[in-house]
Amino acid sequence: MDFLETLLPGVGVRYDATTASGAPLAIVVSRDGAAELLAYRTDDPDAVAHRVELTADEAGAVGELLGAPRVTARLADLTREVPGLLSARVEITPGSRYDGRRLGDSKARTRTGCSVVAIVSGDQVRTAPGPLARLQAGDVVVAIGSRAGLAEFAHLLAMSPEDDPLPVPEPTDDE
Amino acid sequence: MDHLGLVFLELGVLLVGVSVLGLFARRIGLSPIPFYLLAGLAFGDGGIAPVSASDGFVAVAAEIGVLLLMLTLGLEFSPRELSVSLARHRPSAVVDLLLNLVPGLAIALLARLPWPAAVAMGGLVWVSSSGIVAQLLVDLDRLGNRETPAILSVLVLEDLAMAVFLPILLVVLAGGGPGQALAGIVLAVGAVSLALLAATKASDRLGALLSHDSDEQIMLRVLGLTLLVAAATHLLGASAAVGAFLVGIAIPGQLASRARRILGPQRDLFAAIFFVTFGLTTDPASLLPHLGLAAVLGLAGILGKTLTGWYAASRDGVARRGRLRAGLTLVPRGEFSIVIAGLAVGAGYREVGLVATAYVLILAVLGPVLAKVSDQIAGRFPGGLLG
Repeated sequence: MDFLETLLPGVGVRYDATTASGAPLAIVVSRDGAAELLAYRTDDPDAVAHRVELTADEAGAVGELLGAPRVTARLADLTREVPGLLSARVEITPGSRYDGRRLGDSKARTRTGCSVVAIVSGDQVRTAPGPLARLQAGDVVVAIGSRAGLAEFAHLLAMSPEDDPLPVPEPTDDE
Repeated sequence: MDHLGLVFLELGVLLVGVSVLGLFARRIGLSPIPFYLLAGLAFGDGGIAPVSASDGFVAVAAEIGVLLLMLTLGLEFSPRELSVSLARHRPSAVVDLLLNLVPGLAIALLARLPWPAAVAMGGLVWVSSSGIVAQLLVDLDRLGNRETPAILSVLVLEDLAMAVFLPILLVVLAGGGPGQALAGIVLAVGAVSLALLAATKASDRLGALLSHDSDEQIMLRVLGLTLLVAAATHLLGASAAVGAFLVGIAIPGQLASRARRILGPQRDLFAAIFFVTFGLTTDPASLLPHLGLAAVLGLAGILGKTLTGWYAASRDGVARRGRLRAGLTLVPRGEFSIVIAGLAVGAGYREVGLVATAYVLILAVLGPVLAKVSDQIAGRFPGGLLG
């Protein structure tokens, strides 16, 4: 589902999408994080017919209920604030040498300059993971950094054990 | 009573009066600005209870009110919002200028006003009140409507255009020729570009320079910087208000939202003093002969904005009802028109102040009403026009 983003100067951002059933859906996220869920009138497609107001906390709760995408939306907001800062989602593939390793083993920050801000495993989100956080195949790692850094980061996480020049300690179980 | 006691008494009466009027405006769902002007009219020269507005402190406080209005306006918009609006709605801004400033200017010239006063009149007919319109969108639950981005873009671009218009107006009011006006434009465009550059390239450094854990520090630093830049642009002849606006734009996002929150109360206080003082210096008796001109300008202002909003919303693919809503929502005029009139009055064109007071009184009250009943108006049109 693709959201079309429209800036509301001085207010925030409006996200528009059409659901698979054909219903138009819009969300206005104001700068303080509060959100409005909107439905439009059928006789006047530009006017709001129904709205549900959510405070920043409530919007966060709904987001967590529905899963990880909210984390990346927040990141998108963050990256909009800082010019040149981008975010990316990189999936750990089964062949990756970091499948089953700790995040710190990748030395990703030192090697690519990118910071990992969340690890999404299915419907679970680990925000601000430490170096001891364990990665599994299928996990989606959300990172922020420069465009070049993120490309290197994606390449790094996709490496098979043979490709990676850096020695990595054997997996251990002590946490 | 000694002088100090009298000043305290006057200020006390003024603030209590402003509070009561603000409450009343809120109760009936209107902007307090026209009521502040009315209060000033009632108590000022020739009013029911003359209060002296020429007092040094009140006069300076009113000027600071203008700076704070402009600063917080600049803080509202990020450079990205400015550039996106500029890219998408530049033609709307041109239509806005042609359909509002030009008629205002022409009507003023037909009314035999001198050329500098007519330029000021064009400007004050032109600009919508960002404050009233933004509040209106919230009050009418229209933030999510599809015509809203067009409305907000027109407001942003008007505010940006003001940063260029005000310096030109100052040159014209001072009796400068085309050469000086051109120098004013170059200066203003240079200053705006510099502020946008600072906002995009050096925002980290500016943020680090101004940020602090304590709100007190933020207030003092932002206010201090604003006054310094305002002093600089004032001395360069490019209007102190423009300097304050540019500081607001240059302050980066995170800090801007904090500064808005911290400076909000100061802005409300000093801006209220500004509006009341403006009314104070206006003699209600001399207002009457200018009501006719103000009404004609008001009509031109309503028509101009309706067409502007219609055009801007149609660029975003909005249907006809929404286009009419966009147009009528842009009708209210307020703080900016009074700021422009204040400059003209300062240059000795008192009649501009009188017309502006009446014009803002009309449109600040009528505008929100028109926006509210927009859909009913659309419903009355025969199906063919507004579908």
